[in-house]
Amino acid sequence: MRFIAIFLNNKKAYWKQNLKYLGILLFVWFFVSFLCGILLADYLNQFYLGGFPLGFWFAHQGAIYVFVCLIFVYVYLMNRLDKKYHLDEG
Amino acid sequence: MDAQFWTYSLVGVTFAMYITIAIISKAGSTKDFYVAGSGVHPLANGMATAADWMSAASFISMAGLIAFMGFSGGQFLMGWTGGYVLLALLLAPYLRKFGKYTVPDFIGERYYSKNARLVALICALFVSFTYVVGQMKGVGVAFARFLDVPYDTGVLIGIGIVFFYAVLGGMKGITYTQVAQYCILIFAFTVPAIFISIQFTGNFLPQIGLGSKTTDGVYLLEKLNQLTVDLGFDQYTQVNKQNLMNMFFITAALMFGTAGLPHVIVRFFTVPKVRHARLSAGWALLFIAILYTTAPAVAAFARTNIIHTVADQSYESLPQWFKNWEGTGLLSFEDKNNDGHVQYNADASINELTVDRDIIVLANPEIANLPPWVIGLVVAGGLAAALSTAAGLLLVISTSISHDLLKKNLRPNISEKNELWAARISIAVAVVGAGLAGLNPPGFVAEVVALAFGLAASSFFPAIILGIFDKRMNRQGAVAGMISGIVFTMCYIVYFKPQLGGVGTPAGYWWGISPEGIGTLGMLINFIVAISVSRLTTKPPQKIQELTESIRYPKGSGKPKEIQIR
Repeated sequence: MRFIAIFLNNKKAYWKQNLKYLGILLFVWFFVSFLCGILLADYLNQFYLGGFPLGFWFAHQGAIYVFVCLIFVYVYLMNRLDKKYHLDEG
Repeated sequence: MDAQFWTYSLVGVTFAMYITIAIISKAGSTKDFYVAGSGVHPLANGMATAADWMSAASFISMAGLIAFMGFSGGQFLMGWTGGYVLLALLLAPYLRKFGKYTVPDFIGERYYSKNARLVALICALFVSFTYVVGQMKGVGVAFARFLDVPYDTGVLIGIGIVFFYAVLGGMKGITYTQVAQYCILIFAFTVPAIFISIQFTGNFLPQIGLGSKTTDGVYLLEKLNQLTVDLGFDQYTQVNKQNLMNMFFITAALMFGTAGLPHVIVRFFTVPKVRHARLSAGWALLFIAILYTTAPAVAAFARTNIIHTVADQSYESLPQWFKNWEGTGLLSFEDKNNDGHVQYNADASINELTVDRDIIVLANPEIANLPPWVIGLVVAGGLAAALSTAAGLLLVISTSISHDLLKKNLRPNISEKNELWAARISIAVAVVGAGLAGLNPPGFVAEVVALAFGLAASSFFPAIILGIFDKRMNRQGAVAGMISGIVFTMCYIVYFKPQLGGVGTPAGYWWGISPEGIGTLGMLINFIVAISVSRLTTKPPQKIQELTESIRYPKGSGKPKEIQIR
């Protein structure tokens, strides 16, 4: 019984940690696209990245690069988490 | 050797390749047919997902749309990529753990209801069918313009090819053909872009070229801003402040819609394990991003090129490509002031030039004076994009019929062998049906395709997310949510779309949100209704709560458990 209780607690902790990762990564997702690429783009356009006005860069390039990175970061974090809690599939 | 020769040979070679792959990867079981035996390597699945996802519209129309929208075109770039973050983080791993074949499967079992399955089934069929008709139209147009084949014959050739490899190989055949199609389409899209980037800026990466200086020492975007302002347009990079709220809603609707489209979701059922589902979403987005970060560069180069070559030039001195494309009706010049020069201006009363957005990608090689084989390559790429998307959608249609309708509703005792036959027959019928619709596309197809995203966002997305993240969510909540979300979205769209018989005008838009973006609001309504209704009604059965718990942990994804539903 005690073993099962520990196991259940572990699962809870695993899920909580997963939700924490999701919260952080989805905040970044929202920040680069909806904020930098849309709502704040006009303000950011006064700064330049090479020949790119910054807000324009986020909308046409930057947000997409960040999206790709976010998924690979999540893959890395979750593979580590699966192993830590022995919930991986071997 | 002219462009015609190259186009025929490249299209011929690629088609022969698709047929060969189909023969090699014949499906032997329903699992092969529906989910390629769940044995696809994550990298291959990433490529197949990318080809599945990038349609004729992404390949041919998107760069052109951006070229004429400037900054606001970012809504397509962010909207059609951002959805993959949601897929990878919120959907793909859990649905893979659930381990069934279709989205209606998930909805039906998680909400322990055949009716919920049926609602999901109808939504999936509707979304997929409208979408596939658009692809068939793209195939016909590509044939008609480049190979001097009549439009109808073009559609028939397209049907023939898809028929062959989809009926024979099912998901297995489609997956490996899509891998080949991805390679062709991405090569075809980037090669002209690289050439043009070198011509303009000396930089071979279009993504960097877009932010570089042109040969005369001025930044390309600065130059383009100047050119557009001179002609009376807004600056190319300028934020359209009146449109900001609408852009926000459209971007969100495209993202959530992407994450709710059945033909994209089903791709994540084809990999062996949960961690592969996460990883292959990453690969898919990386492969998609190659095209999506190149497209804005193509757009800016092409807009600059057109202004330079055409604006204020005398009609007599225009290059040959202008006259070629005039013949297709995609370019037109009307000499309003009879001075023999082309006036290109934001003011419609003096503007004399009309440019169809599709021309940007299709005529780009000619405009930039690239060798004739590049033109052939672009045609083969456009066809690859259209065929790969069509095949993925047709599979969803066939699986919905043979698995969700026949096996799970009408004939539960059907044998494995007969189910496979039923799957083959229904995909054959779907291919022919889509082809016939493609021969006579109803005028509103383009409108409906755009709405598919809004409908997917307001129906599937919340139902799946709540099914995973909210253990308390029950049948009553999910069904009420789906119905209110989709009914609201549908009504708003029909009311404000004159093409669908609506009487509303843009002046009446709520908070300036156009029909393309209303799916976001429909989704929020779905969430609110579903959560409220579920809290006021009984808890879902213990078995379902256990199912919801179990899909959260990757361990044991190999052997899906059958749960009996009433």
